Amino acid sequence: MTDAAAPTKAAPAPPLLRLERVSKTFPNGTMALDALSLAIGQGEFVSLLGPSGCGKSTALRLIAGLIAPTAGDIVWNDAGRAGHRALSFVFQESTLMPWATAFDNVMMPLKLRGMRRTEAAPRVLEALAQVGLPDSAGAYPRELSGGMKMRVSIARALVTEPTLLLMDEPFAALDEITRFRLNQDLLQLYRSRAMTIVFVTHSIYESVFLSSRVVVMAPRPGRVVSAIDVPLAYPRPEALRSDAAYNRLCNHLSEALHTAMAPRDFL
Amino acid sequence: MSRLPALGRILLPAIFMAALLMAWEMLVRLAAIPPYVLPSPTLIGATLINDWPLLSRALVVTLITTLEGLALALVGGVGLALLFARSRTIEWVLYPYAVILQVTPIIAIAPLLLIYTSSETTVLICAWIVAFFPILSNTTTGLRATDRNLLALFTLYGASSWQVLWHLRMRAALPYFLAGLRIGGGLSLIGAVVAEIAAGSAGAGGGLAYRIVEAQYRLNIPRMFAALILLAVAGIAIFAVLSGISHLLLRRWHESALAPPER
Ligand SMILES: Nc1ncnc2c1ncn2[C@@H]1O[C@H](COP(=O)(O)OP(=O)(O)OP(=O)(O)O)[C@@H](O)[C@H]1O
Ligand SMILES: [Mg+2]
Repeated sequence: MTDAAAPTKAAPAPPLLRLERVSKTFPNGTMALDALSLAIGQGEFVSLLGPSGCGKSTALRLIAGLIAPTAGDIVWNDAGRAGHRALSFVFQESTLMPWATAFDNVMMPLKLRGMRRTEAAPRVLEALAQVGLPDSAGAYPRELSGGMKMRVSIARALVTEPTLLLMDEPFAALDEITRFRLNQDLLQLYRSRAMTIVFVTHSIYESVFLSSRVVVMAPRPGRVVSAIDVPLAYPRPEALRSDAAYNRLCNHLSEALHTAMAPRDFL
Repeated sequence: MSRLPALGRILLPAIFMAALLMAWEMLVRLAAIPPYVLPSPTLIGATLINDWPLLSRALVVTLITTLEGLALALVGGVGLALLFARSRTIEWVLYPYAVILQVTPIIAIAPLLLIYTSSETTVLICAWIVAFFPILSNTTTGLRATDRNLLALFTLYGASSWQVLWHLRMRAALPYFLAGLRIGGGLSLIGAVVAEIAAGSAGAGGGLAYRIVEAQYRLNIPRMFAALILLAVAGIAIFAVLSGISHLLLRRWHESALAPPER
């Protein structure tokens, strides 16, 4: 459990779930994913990296059970199935209810489970504190900045103490400095809890900085072209961004991404 | 537009209005226009005071009908919108009738209704019909316009369809519903007036519009103007109250109710 915090370099994590040749064709005929196979290990931080339209969001929605695959299976291991319910989703936009305060937004998942306000309050406040917003409980979304809204949305995902956290480009709309800070906060959370994270991003640097494994996807139709382990130990300080090993990995990924895309791009 | 200082914002329109009334008064006096052609503002004012017992009773009748029509429209419009939100089939079957009621001019429906029901009921039905559609259509739109991702989140957290409706869709629909209610309030008054005028010749109504028709027969033009002013004031008051309610409910979160941005 607590191994999630340790640099799990060699020891392969027990799988939490496997996507087995999963395909998704939308009713309008768009084939978003074609026979995608992917295993997510317990306690892993997996990034899905790829160009726009390669089916990253679709893959995440499939894992969440928000949509059903057209073909193939999503297999949960037994422990994973039990924990299936403890799954949270963070969208690209903060997706807050504008009529509710930060507190009420974060409390929403608990309320839906029938928890009373007094009972939920400590957990809500703790989640808000965890994302660095201890003083914004009473604020409405329109009174918060983009980065703060994103934090509220992450607090809402954390309040249910998920074992699996699915994040769809959560920081894409933020400036670089805020993104770096939220990257750090996220890693801290990841290390302080027994969590598995699947993280969708466009950014090579972000994927390497955050994850223990990067899965590179290519579009039309969406598929996995390579998966690259990131053998960098946690915790990962900000200085890592100028580290030689880190930059080598980024270059390596960049090449993988380009070779995956090139033949189709110049057709 | 350049910004007016706070005092000027109240004073300027008031001065303009006073000037307008003054010009009207002068015109009537200097050209010696007889009151049965165009009464002067002072005469209308005097009529308003002298006929107040009669006019105020009529005002109350019209207002009550309007509010009853609006209340029925609210219950019916929201109820049907909730039904539509639950079932596309029900919407598919019933929506055409809502549209038919909406597009058929109320002035053409009123005489027909008078054949079947009393004039009071006719007036109420007409007020209801015209107020009903904007509430129904706006609320339906609002219930549909719920953020897709929020819906997905609720599904993910295992919300029942009842919870989705109450905690999500109805809140998201609130601004739409309130906009519909504001339109409906004004229309309800118009529906009541139209029906009263249609019923007027039948001679049973007691509302303001009936007084207008009656005053017209008697060539009591100043009273027509006085009643007209009361109708306008009633319309403004209904709109102001509904806008106030809307503002109170939305001011914390919805763009439509926020103060204009700081410079
Ligand atoms: N509901 C839908 N109906 C039809 N086609 C869809 C739907 N959702 C996604 N698609 C299509 O599926 C493909 C993959 O979409 P997806 O949103 O998964 O891409 P993505 O990798 O998340 O892209 P981005 O990085 O731009 O978010 C796209 O071609 C898209 O047009
Ligand atoms: Mg996407």
